[in-house]
Amino acid sequence: MKRLLLGAETIAQGAIDSGISGVYSYPGTPSTEITLYIQEFKVQENINVFCNWCTNEKTAMETALGMSYAGKRSLVSMKHVGLNVAADAFINSAITGINGGLVVAVADDPSMHSSQNEQDSRFYGHFAHIPIFEPSNQQEAYDMTRSAFRFSEKYKLPVLLRITTRLAHSRAIISTQAAEIQNNISFPLVREQFILLPSIARKQFRNLLLVQNSLKQEAVSSIYNQLHKAENSQLGVIACGIAINYLLEVCNGLPQNFDVLKLCQYPIPQSLVNELFERNDKILVLEDGYPFVEEKILGIVAHDKRVLGRLNGYVPPDGELQPNIVAKALAIESFSEHVETNSTHFPNRPPELCKGCGHIDMYTALRRIIDEYGDNHVFADIGCYTLGALSPYSAINTCVEMGASIPMAKGAADAGVFPAIAIIGDSTFTHSGMTGLLDAVNENAPITVIIADNAASAMTGGQNSAAHGKLKNICIGLGVEPDHIIETEPFPTKIDQLVALIKEEIEFKGTSVIILKRECVQTVLRKNKTEANQKHNIIF
Amino acid sequence: MNTNILLSGVGGQGILTIGAVFGMAAMLNNYHIKQAETHGMSQRGGEVVSHVRISDKPIYSDLIPHATADIILSVEPLESLRYLHFLKPNGWLITNDTPFRNIVAYPTQDVVFEAIKTVKNNRIVAADTLAKSLGNLKTSNIIMLGVASNYIELPYETLQQGIIEIFKKKGDKVVALNLKALDLGRESIL
Repeated sequence: MKRLLLGAETIAQGAIDSGISGVYSYPGTPSTEITLYIQEFKVQENINVFCNWCTNEKTAMETALGMSYAGKRSLVSMKHVGLNVAADAFINSAITGINGGLVVAVADDPSMHSSQNEQDSRFYGHFAHIPIFEPSNQQEAYDMTRSAFRFSEKYKLPVLLRITTRLAHSRAIISTQAAEIQNNISFPLVREQFILLPSIARKQFRNLLLVQNSLKQEAVSSIYNQLHKAENSQLGVIACGIAINYLLEVCNGLPQNFDVLKLCQYPIPQSLVNELFERNDKILVLEDGYPFVEEKILGIVAHDKRVLGRLNGYVPPDGELQPNIVAKALAIESFSEHVETNSTHFPNRPPELCKGCGHIDMYTALRRIIDEYGDNHVFADIGCYTLGALSPYSAINTCVEMGASIPMAKGAADAGVFPAIAIIGDSTFTHSGMTGLLDAVNENAPITVIIADNAASAMTGGQNSAAHGKLKNICIGLGVEPDHIIETEPFPTKIDQLVALIKEEIEFKGTSVIILKRECVQTVLRKNKTEANQKHNIIF
Repeated sequence: MNTNILLSGVGGQGILTIGAVFGMAAMLNNYHIKQAETHGMSQRGGEVVSHVRISDKPIYSDLIPHATADIILSVEPLESLRYLHFLKPNGWLITNDTPFRNIVAYPTQDVVFEAIKTVKNNRIVAADTLAKSLGNLKTSNIIMLGVASNYIELPYETLQQGIIEIFKKKGDKVVALNLKALDLGRESIL
């Protein structure tokens, strides 16, 4: 069957057709569409797959591991920085190994289109000693997802499926194959497999190391890795994942004068790379991400001048790979001509808070607090409210990673900063904010935590928030003094009251939480639309 | 047949719908297509760009290489100027004339239009005015698509089929309105 799908969606379809029983994930650009697609598919086709959002990437990874323990297949998906959160479970899942097939789909974001860094997940896969699949296009993303589940069960290991923004968010037509049925429950053959006591873990880690050679052999014979030999090759090119597309684009098909190693399955197929080195004086490495392969083949002691790439300026050291960058690295001149462009610099148009968003009122009030108490007091977090960094609010001083706001405010308060205000969203709070709040409560740290509760993971498109309706009780449970848990609604007409309220809690010499409840305007609009449609359907 | 179209505008202006029509048109007619989008932060009043590539041969890169776009199709004038390095020599810059002013430093209309006119082949279209004549401002993106249809190799019927398929779940009236908008755009420059 033919389907027009985003790269992210091809992974979802591949997982559905592989007979997964669950997809576990936390939303994050550019990975969100993987789970969204499965949720939608479940509604349309009535498949029996668990697909609700998890509280964070760590619980997602762990839940999938539990399903794998029970012999069924599961997909985990997240953005690259989510893998930092899931890392403990991820790394150790390589030591336990799996029972039912387990694929971890991670979408990296070179050029940081919607992220705070451009870390390359292949390093995590290597660190964990597990196979990495890196599809080059939409069809291959579907095919490799299906291969990854079989491979995972063949070697009893999780497989990392790594894509980048460009593939995740680009559509193409793919052909799908017949779906497999879901696995039945079956328990691990070795009873201790999932018990990582040191004595067992040592044994299993040795087994993991022993299997590496087989994984390398698999990569050599993989249909996804191919060495194309040119008759009189002047340069060997290693093109990883989507880099092969840019190479084929600028060379108008396979080049006649370069050897090309298309590399989409790791560990690095050593014998193919060796052959490339034997046949060529110089090797250019093209990868959409960090110089992962480049570093691996470079060697430390003899700084090999034969390898060209991001480390020596043949490819820019950061940012997304693009066709013109590849053309430049290969000195193909036909791609360097530009239309004369007007030299006038036009202002950028950064994203902004939507009209009618409750965060606007929160920041209007906060701006007045800052004007009174001075700058440098506001520790924010990841979400729409990060846009409070931009004009006209310029109201926040930090944004680092999910949950950092509260502990950073506490650390600053410990250092003597007054006031110390944390801003965190509802979904971010349950993702990674609760433990930080417990630290603050345990010392009654003089910080004011504002939870901007819009009842959704809004930045990624309004997914359900695990925190919904639970924030006050969570704060009580964590030990915040009930008198200092204040729930209110931010509105343009209530700015004065809001300013007074925040000031009062700032002046309180202990941990206080202000929950600002107002639903995301986008999710409200969508709900209204759906309701209107339903009404329409009833009438007609 | 080989067409590269760069779509630009501001989040929420309907670029993704134009992209979806192209995608459907290509699929229904067995063309190859790649359509790369910007998602995430850019959805909120920020700049949005989509690369659409349609061909009867396999397409390699998801991104249009610099200086190879046949058309820049923009639903906002300032946004039409952000990606000129993608336009091929003699390529067409086609833009809606109505500014979306949500930044303080937005230049005056004269500055923007003058810059657009430095591109040899340019069309500034009063798409919002045309859309109002149809009684629905939302159709302005499809009107822009209709204008663009004059400058791309893709057969016009394929775009009509794309519109029928994309809008059919919204009912016959919406399909008819958008087909009318497509025609209006196409004929507006004749």
